[in-house]
Amino acid sequence: MKLRAEILRRQAGGEPYLQTFIYEPADEAETAASMLTNLNARKPLRDADGKEASPIRWECSCLQKKCGACAMRINGVPGLACDVKLSACGERIRLEPLRKFPVVADLIVNRDIMRENLIRMHLWLEQDALEPAADQELAYDASRCLQCGICLEVCPNYYGGGPFTGLAAAVPAARVLQLEKRGDGHGSEAERKTGPGKEKPKLFGRLRALTGEKRALPLARAYEKQVFEGCGKSLACRNICPAGIDAGRLLASSNAVAVWKRLRSRKAGRES
Amino acid sequence: MEKVNIIGAGIAGLSAAIRLARMNVQSLLISSQASERAQSVLAEGGINAAMDLMGESDSWQEHCSDTLKGGVFLADPNAVAGMTAAAPGLVRRLQELGVPFQRENGQMIQRNFGGQKKKRTAYAKSSTGKVLVNALIDEVRKAEAAGLTKRLCHHDFVRLALSEADGQCLGVWIRDTYGGACLFCPGPVILCFGGFCGLFPGLSTGTSQNTGDALATVFSQGAVLANPEFIQYHPTTAAITGKRLLVSEAARGEGGRLFALRNGRKWYFMEEKYPELGNLMPRDVISREMFLVSRDPACGGEIFLDMTGLSPETWKKKLPDLRAQILRYLKLDPACTPVPVSPGIHYFMGGLYADEGHRTSIPGVYAAGECACQYHGANRLGGNSMLGALYGGGVAAESAAADASVRGCAGTSVGEDFCFSEENETVSPAFGQRLGAILAQGLGIVRDAQGLEGALEGVRGLLRQPGITQAEARRCLLGEAVLRAALARKESRGAHYRSDYPERDDAGFRKTTLVSLRSGRMEVSFREVPARREAGDKYDARHGVSKSGICSKSSCREEEAGDEASG
Repeated sequence: MKLRAEILRRQAGGEPYLQTFIYEPADEAETAASMLTNLNARKPLRDADGKEASPIRWECSCLQKKCGACAMRINGVPGLACDVKLSACGERIRLEPLRKFPVVADLIVNRDIMRENLIRMHLWLEQDALEPAADQELAYDASRCLQCGICLEVCPNYYGGGPFTGLAAAVPAARVLQLEKRGDGHGSEAERKTGPGKEKPKLFGRLRALTGEKRALPLARAYEKQVFEGCGKSLACRNICPAGIDAGRLLASSNAVAVWKRLRSRKAGRES
Repeated sequence: MEKVNIIGAGIAGLSAAIRLARMNVQSLLISSQASERAQSVLAEGGINAAMDLMGESDSWQEHCSDTLKGGVFLADPNAVAGMTAAAPGLVRRLQELGVPFQRENGQMIQRNFGGQKKKRTAYAKSSTGKVLVNALIDEVRKAEAAGLTKRLCHHDFVRLALSEADGQCLGVWIRDTYGGACLFCPGPVILCFGGFCGLFPGLSTGTSQNTGDALATVFSQGAVLANPEFIQYHPTTAAITGKRLLVSEAARGEGGRLFALRNGRKWYFMEEKYPELGNLMPRDVISREMFLVSRDPACGGEIFLDMTGLSPETWKKKLPDLRAQILRYLKLDPACTPVPVSPGIHYFMGGLYADEGHRTSIPGVYAAGECACQYHGANRLGGNSMLGALYGGGVAAESAAADASVRGCAGTSVGEDFCFSEENETVSPAFGQRLGAILAQGLGIVRDAQGLEGALEGVRGLLRQPGITQAEARRCLLGEAVLRAALARKESRGAHYRSDYPERDDAGFRKTTLVSLRSGRMEVSFREVPARREAGDKYDARHGVSKSGICSKSSCREEEAGDEASG
């Protein structure tokens, strides 16, 4: 069955316009990604009106839902082009770039802001993980984020350049927060140098108990400000992740480490 | 000291950046897309290290000899000894970076992988590459924040800038694919751009990003290739739209069995023919057996991977992603139904010539990961690719830093005149497909002179076509280099099987194939594999391993003699 593929085109600096192509999938397995590959292989590429068109610019890499490169809006819903079967689209499919990111050309958006946000959040291990994460399943799940941006696309609270960094930052943060929790990464600089489990940290630990509050990790602080406080709990990101990551579980765990535990320790400090 | 330029941000590139940052050396990490899109994230089964966690008295020396034997004694034995000795330390380092390796009752566990009798593959379910890359990205981010590493995503490699006077590398030209501008980055260059599966569009398990064009460019600029004829066909893949889907070796490591229907009855041919390792023989052996069995008229052409015997626990805890993937793309539940599989192009053992320190033939240029020829010889063992990339990236970084401190700053000279033309730098999809079909015809699992010469003629025909772009011509030349290497190697070894020369010929060909292009002339030559250093030579502790001697020459000889006898 022939399909009308409407693609939102945009050249650098130009105005966006819809261009329609006629495409006949070879089999049931064809995806939006294979359609784009095959359209671009046409020489020349002509649209439905017979007008010659430049190759459609889009990003892809693995073609099997493992890299997140081909995220775009497909019939209005953000998803991975390699994951959407044409057979499920009926007689027409519309492809548009994600809207929360600056458009580079056609279906390519610049997602650099996502990497920059993770740097802003201090998303790394401050010290080596001396023990594995308490919840290995959770650390595994948090490691699987594709950084595709689809969860940000659907989030009513996220906008580029805003303080809220969204689930795309919260998911990888969950792994690091888990590990820091085990290694007691809330320790002081001196403790970090000595490493936990040795004589000195105990002393520092006692000192910390006297002063009330532990010195929080930059990541924990950033998480509270940039994820916890910005999340409106709309749950829009709940079932959209193409990797099927259980966001609720990761958020609950990170909230416990970065927010509730610190809140309790702050309260304890005030009360003593 | 000037910045070191790293091209490619998969495991090898990330590892190089981390090593440089630890040495306080600044680097530019340049890649076409972010690390999350690198082919490394597709690695599934695990990473080998003789940590001896499974009570089998494993040792790095055994890992070393398994790797050399799996590679049919073509790999540099000193480099392999260095890598395997460092492996346990590297995996411990990954643990320190928080990689959630599989554990049971609180202890890390390892699984069986092909070509090795002992359980030495550390893993995280069936997405080991993904979780490993994720932890390395986090570590590089720390270096980014400290100003030591600067990342340039959406930048393509264009070409090396070489000194006209002495051929030395001055830096690298890259191009911002978003804005279109070209940029010159002075300094040493570490190439980590992966294999060349793009030479075979749609026929490999790799990503569409690994076009092979960066390798073709570097080759056309004079870099020497080593062992390019050794192409690994992974035994268990299946065609899906646009590529081949990998069914991880972990499936067999956990108990999956290959069978064919011979006269209507299940024939577990690997178990019958190779009782000791069975379904876990090295990949070259299994792929070749599958090729032969599928041509047996009694067997009906199809081969299946039977994973129906795996326990629900194994599926849930160890292979959940694999099952989901097969369900999604092949519409089969592997827990209930055997999966039809066939060999597919998966890995390139050869690539840029790189010595033990990962130096290529061009001064100031280094290569690590799949684009380099190191570690795997004629056939790579499963679980050694991520190890080779991780270790090799670190070694290349150390060599680059050490050489630069001696060489000093090359300055900001841009070398030869250079003008980028997008039109000339594009390979049209149709051209890529035609070239791929010709090459695949000649470079199958079983090869012969007639097929290889036919393919060579086909490639030359394409080269003569009017109006082909420079990038298309370079890709053809890379294809020609692989074909000529395969023609020159008149023996069968590892992944290179010649039906017209079915025997292994150590006297003639236990040598590294070298292919070079100088002034338009392509030359193939052979160089002796480096001799194993005497016992007593020590590896230093720079990679986090304690000093230890390497296998003695005599034990190396015994190993080879034993292999001869059994082979």
